[in-house]
Amino acid sequence: MSLTIEMPKRGSLPVDRRVQARQLTLVLVALLAATSVLSLAWGASGTSLWGALVDLVAGRELSRLDSIVLFDIRLPRLCLGILVGASLAVSGAVMQGLFRNPLADPGIVGVSAGAGLAAISAIVLGAFLPPAIRDLTGNYLVPVSAFFGGWGSTLILYRVSTRRGQTSVATMLLAGIALGALAGALSGILVYMADDNQLRDLTFWGMGSLAGATWTKVLAATPIVLAALAVAPFIARGLNGLALGEAAAGHIGISVQRVKNISILSVAAATGAAVAVAGGIGFIGIVVPHLLRLATGPDHHSLLPNAALLGASLLLAADMIARTVIAPAELPIGIVTAVLGAPVFLWILLKRHGAMGL
Amino acid sequence: MQAFDIEVNLGKSRVLNGVNFTAKPGEVTAIVGPNGSGKTTLLRAMTGEIPYSGRVLLNNTNVASLKPWQLAAIRGVQPQSTTIAFPFTVLEIVRLGLTAGLSAAEKELPLRALEKVGLTGFGTRMYQDLSGGEQQRVQLARVLTQIWRPVVDGTPRWLILDEPVASLDIGHQFTVMDLTRDFSARGGGVVAVMHDLNLTAMFADKVVLMDAGHIAAQGSPQAVLTDANLAQTYGCPLPVSTTPHDGTPFLLPQARHARVT
Repeated sequence: MSLTIEMPKRGSLPVDRRVQARQLTLVLVALLAATSVLSLAWGASGTSLWGALVDLVAGRELSRLDSIVLFDIRLPRLCLGILVGASLAVSGAVMQGLFRNPLADPGIVGVSAGAGLAAISAIVLGAFLPPAIRDLTGNYLVPVSAFFGGWGSTLILYRVSTRRGQTSVATMLLAGIALGALAGALSGILVYMADDNQLRDLTFWGMGSLAGATWTKVLAATPIVLAALAVAPFIARGLNGLALGEAAAGHIGISVQRVKNISILSVAAATGAAVAVAGGIGFIGIVVPHLLRLATGPDHHSLLPNAALLGASLLLAADMIARTVIAPAELPIGIVTAVLGAPVFLWILLKRHGAMGL
Repeated sequence: MQAFDIEVNLGKSRVLNGVNFTAKPGEVTAIVGPNGSGKTTLLRAMTGEIPYSGRVLLNNTNVASLKPWQLAAIRGVQPQSTTIAFPFTVLEIVRLGLTAGLSAAEKELPLRALEKVGLTGFGTRMYQDLSGGEQQRVQLARVLTQIWRPVVDGTPRWLILDEPVASLDIGHQFTVMDLTRDFSARGGGVVAVMHDLNLTAMFADKVVLMDAGHIAAQGSPQAVLTDANLAQTYGCPLPVSTTPHDGTPFLLPQARHARVT
């Protein structure tokens, strides 16, 4: 090693991925704006709404049909898509940070299944609740139940797979399979018990869909999702520190237990809300953080907000495919995300072969 | 840094048995001993990584009463080895040692810390692509960034190292040990678990020799690293000599059986 050591000059600092990540944020904002406009304008109804959008911007009166399609069908669907996409992607990123593994995803490790079970229970068994509780929870009964379902499964998962501060990936994935199977079986029993009306509500849980978007659902999900996303900046340093392991994270001043608690609660809230309004949509939580880490690195300060933006855009794009590819019928969006996402999951496995004890 | 009556049980077996430990600021204190003697366990108990009974004081404050961020302000801990979960660059890892609300000058600390451990220019490399020894020095740079100044407002800070030179080549062993001397010379405290008894004799002010969960001997290298102490704890003859110019002990172990030539 040479003994002459040159101090790096300020101007000659190596490319800083933090700067790249901030630039990427701007690109992703633009991307979300573009997919939003496209998703409003483009649909299965056969009526392209470009004209209506142009009219709207110009301040002209819309036709009644255009107005209904735009404001009562496509706009709530757009809002729901943004909420769900952002929730799924951020949940994935937070969970991966918490478990110190890029393969952790609420859909894969059974958290979505747990949230789904709770949501189905609320739909099927909600009628048996005392009226006082039903009035109290109102529209929130299903999302709130889903939140508790997601919370419970995340807690179980973390307890089972973490020993002495280290999370075993194999245990986590296997425990996720068991949890998912159990939740699936119990959900199956509930589906058997359901009446015809409830069955219609339940069918879309299979693969997930934004087709049932209403303003009521948007309003029910918004506060939960926003609360879950709002904590992201406060756990970013903690999640970065956890990459060193729990002990080392504590030594750099991170309150590890607090970061874990907040992470688990926010994953449960965001996943629960997403599952409650759109069913189980897989792979967004894996694909989005993975692409972002490839682009600008794993720093959670930028990863979490960028994941929200890219997740929203990706889900809107998947939804556009889902509702147009076999128009006038509609494909469940979960099929689209799985077709796009499963190969990426396999690709990660292939690339990481031998690393991380997999 | 003081520890009183430290007991640690792993499973049903008692790994540490009423250990009392003292390290002073301005000194390098080395913990040595054979495999399984409880060196690392003592260190991990004192840093709160494993449950223990007893009391640990840092600058006369019970560490149990301090929040993680208060501890992090006066103590940096380098683990034996660290695998990183995600593809962080070297500089991103070292930056984890920074706390919020720093001046512009302090934001340069990660680069200066990398320079100190001989990794200038490694900032943009991927951590997981480095060799074990390089990774170890990156972690040391991170810890140095965290407690850059050995004394703050008259309060000493502590550098706690678990086998800091375990996978380093001999040149970098000296780089790292010189860093510990420099840190203690400027008023900070250093506690290090060590395997290499010669390096220990050269760089430590105080040596704590552990054997089977208790302290067998402690004091200056000259007092602790003796033929009798070492033969008893390590179970093999380790003749100790001293350097002619300053009397530093050194070991030149001999094979029990001569090589067949």
